[in-house]
Amino acid sequence: MTDFSKLGVAAIRDGVANGEFKAVEVAEALNTRVANAKALNAFIVETPEKALEAAAAVDADRAAGKPLGKMAGVPIGMKDLFCTEGVQTTAASHILEGFVPTYESTVSANLWKAGAGMLGKLNLDQFAMGSSNETSYFGNVISPWRRNDGGNAALAPGGSSGGSSTAIAARLCPAATGTDTGGSIRQPAAFTGISGIKPTYGRCSRWGIVAFASSLDQAGPMARDVRDCAIMLEAMAGFDPKDSTSLDLPVPAWEAGLNSDLKGKRIGIPREYRLDGIDDDIAAMWDNGIAWLKDAGAEVVDVSLPHTKYALPAYYIIAPAEASSNLARYDGVRFGLRDLPEGSGLQDMYAATRAAGFGEEVRRRIMIGTYVLSAGFYDAYYTQAQKVRALIARDFEQAWASCDLILAPTAPSAAFGLGEKTSDPLSMYLNDVFAVPASLAGLPAMSVPGGLSKDGLPLGLQIIGKALDEQAVLNAGLAIEERSGFTAEAGEWW
Amino acid sequence: MSEYRIQGNTGEWEVVIGLEVHAQVTSNAKLFSGASAAFGGEPNSHVSLVDAAMPGMLPVPNRECLRQAVRTGMAINAQINRWSRFDRKNYFYADLPQGYQISQLYHPIVGEGEIEVTLNEKDPDSPTKRIGIERIHVEQDAGKLMHDQHPTMSFVDLNRSGVALMEIVSRPDMSSPQEAGAYLKKLRSILRYVGSCDGNMEQGSMRADVNVSVRKPGGELGTRTETKNVNSIRFMMQAIEYEAQRQVDLIEGGGAVVQETRLFDPNKMETRSMRSKEDAHDYRYFPDPDLLPVELDDAFLEECRASLPELPDAKRKRYEEMGLTAYNAAVLTAEAETAFWFEDLLGHGVDAKQGSNWLMSELFGALNKLGKSLDESPVNPAQAAELLGLVADGTISGSIAKQVFEIMLETGQGAAAIVDERGLKQTNDTDAIEAEIAKIMAANEDKVAEYRSGKDKLFGFFVGQTMKAMQGKANPQVINDLLKKVLG
Repeated sequence: MTDFSKLGVAAIRDGVANGEFKAVEVAEALNTRVANAKALNAFIVETPEKALEAAAAVDADRAAGKPLGKMAGVPIGMKDLFCTEGVQTTAASHILEGFVPTYESTVSANLWKAGAGMLGKLNLDQFAMGSSNETSYFGNVISPWRRNDGGNAALAPGGSSGGSSTAIAARLCPAATGTDTGGSIRQPAAFTGISGIKPTYGRCSRWGIVAFASSLDQAGPMARDVRDCAIMLEAMAGFDPKDSTSLDLPVPAWEAGLNSDLKGKRIGIPREYRLDGIDDDIAAMWDNGIAWLKDAGAEVVDVSLPHTKYALPAYYIIAPAEASSNLARYDGVRFGLRDLPEGSGLQDMYAATRAAGFGEEVRRRIMIGTYVLSAGFYDAYYTQAQKVRALIARDFEQAWASCDLILAPTAPSAAFGLGEKTSDPLSMYLNDVFAVPASLAGLPAMSVPGGLSKDGLPLGLQIIGKALDEQAVLNAGLAIEERSGFTAEAGEWW
Repeated sequence: MSEYRIQGNTGEWEVVIGLEVHAQVTSNAKLFSGASAAFGGEPNSHVSLVDAAMPGMLPVPNRECLRQAVRTGMAINAQINRWSRFDRKNYFYADLPQGYQISQLYHPIVGEGEIEVTLNEKDPDSPTKRIGIERIHVEQDAGKLMHDQHPTMSFVDLNRSGVALMEIVSRPDMSSPQEAGAYLKKLRSILRYVGSCDGNMEQGSMRADVNVSVRKPGGELGTRTETKNVNSIRFMMQAIEYEAQRQVDLIEGGGAVVQETRLFDPNKMETRSMRSKEDAHDYRYFPDPDLLPVELDDAFLEECRASLPELPDAKRKRYEEMGLTAYNAAVLTAEAETAFWFEDLLGHGVDAKQGSNWLMSELFGALNKLGKSLDESPVNPAQAAELLGLVADGTISGSIAKQVFEIMLETGQGAAAIVDERGLKQTNDTDAIEAEIAKIMAANEDKVAEYRSGKDKLFGFFVGQTMKAMQGKANPQVINDLLKKVLG
């Protein structure tokens, strides 16, 4: 009998289409794996019936000779930031606990249309704010990975899409949705030895995704390999008139366009990313990545992104500013938590509800955002940060004069232990130092496994491409994947 | 234009007034959602997921609302900004589901413009004044809170939440309640002509925030107060009067005007403090990241311009050129409905002078008596044209026309049918008229003699008697001719 946990998106899709197995068999097998992996805390809500229902529909379509969608028969995990009709959607917050949308996000609806099924709603950092999945109201997600030191320290799966990365790395599902505001797809992918791509801003509709920072939020796929990411991104992307920032462009056939021959491509290596005191493992992996791309026919060139060091501070002004406004709607009036102390008025209700409903990190960012938008501080912070953002985008524009893609580490280190950085928000924020520039510039960026650290933990290589050139990003990712020989998996200890 | 002064103990005071008018944009749907923008409806029946600010919902601009703002801007000769942007104005209130209002602070869609007003629209000799308009921006309306439905809870109705408003901000160019009233009237008239707002102040589709300060004539500007949400022209004028007097009394009593937001109470005819600058909100404006900048292309602007109707000032000029008196032209163009009615009448072949005189004396008089407005008129322009046509072609006389009109108002019958049925056709039968004239001469020999001895004024008496004898149905011209012949 097939071990469905070993199969990726393409394998399941093709197996179902060829009649090697039924979609329902896959769904049943993965439902069981999800149910048996509670120790990882990857799911907030499990929806085995949804997975079965979608699988049965695919099997019926196949039996009836109907054409099958791009993701037909593939059960996936859905980050709990996507609103799902009839299924609780919390953004991993207390304030939205028990909130059941009457509507389906565009991206998830696209996936169901393509024949995917939902195994459940995946845990994440609360409102997607965090880099370790330690800010969820529903508890930490535990990475399936452990260091090779014989210890069993619980490691961070990365964040904010930590439930997604863990579920894929633990082979609970072949793929999952993620969202990336400042690295929330790429960094967890890097921490767990999987692949994930944040497409160009505007490729995937934001409609129905609980907003964190509107000008940065972008959905994307996370999966075990590059091909699976390409397939799933095709299913997720597309113009949506309900999102004013959605790009009115056809969705390219990324899977069909996959080609790891990089002859004629120039790969830029940004010198500003080679920080003083860079981790040895990271530096070695980066050098390997350069060698692999050269081997695939690419030319490697040095490039400069001079404003890189300002990216993180600018990000931590812009993202909290937008968040402070986006999260104002969680006020206890219409949905979600309401805390109305005895004899209190409207303002008291707001204060009590939001104090009880938001976690510490969310409150911190709301306060930062409120501060930087305040009269008297706006120009010094927000206006300045927007200028920096424009300069970062210009850095990339200028780099494209001498290269087609940029190769860099995804994160400055391998996964850290849970609790190691929670007391120091700044060191936590530094995790996104390599991820944030592409977010600020709205560019497509992908993380693929680049090797293991001395501790036996996965490391990620990041490829950043020109706007709309996801194909080149995927192709370079494929070239690395074919050469890295990355086959390590987390042991099944749970 | 007017020398409005408040007499204080320390001398005269000048009043400085600026208005921020909120005008609901006429459109089927709200500014950023597909929900109906119609007035009324069961509470919370016109609410989309976007209006209720459900998680993950996004605004999509309604092009029609932007188009109406641009057309309005063009109607006041304003600069149209080809590039504008929406900002978020952040504050918490239960009638504001998003926790922010989407508005335009930094880059409004319409820039500088102006409106020419006259203190008395109907007096052609009344002096005119140009009132500057600083900007028009587009923004979302809030919902409505109802505090009287439950002993301990407030109810929220989100029907208005997200409805498009234009905020039309004037320069502080007005210096009397009358000028402010004239400005608001003229602005409302323009909005109605353009069709961008119905100007209905009772239903709240137009309301004004009134900024008032006082100063010694020509002196430094004083501290202003803002009286919010005044919903009639009369109330606005009263509020200004009260507020200016209050400020003068305050200053002369040794106090100082505090910059604050006030409310007008029409029952007590006074303004009251709502909140002072100290507890004013910090709205934390910033560009709305859910929306792209609004960019207007040539084709769009051209369509906006081409769709503009003739505006009141141009129309008045044209009416005068058609031979109407300045007074008639002013009255007929003051409101779009009147002008459109009048033009409809002309469209049915009625002569401009005849039509305007009849409309202003007969129709307005009748409507006045009936207590009806023009759009409730029991007689429509086509029916009126039928009546006036009968006068113009000599079928009936002017005085018979009055009778026929009365009957039309009562019965709703057509003019020709009434004339036929009741035999009101005017006669040119000279024999019959001559016979009646002979009888009248015989019965009034003394007057005939007086006339012949030079008392010309008596001619009217004979005309009247003859017309009466003919029951009004004789052609007055024929009567005149015959009388002249007989009386010599």
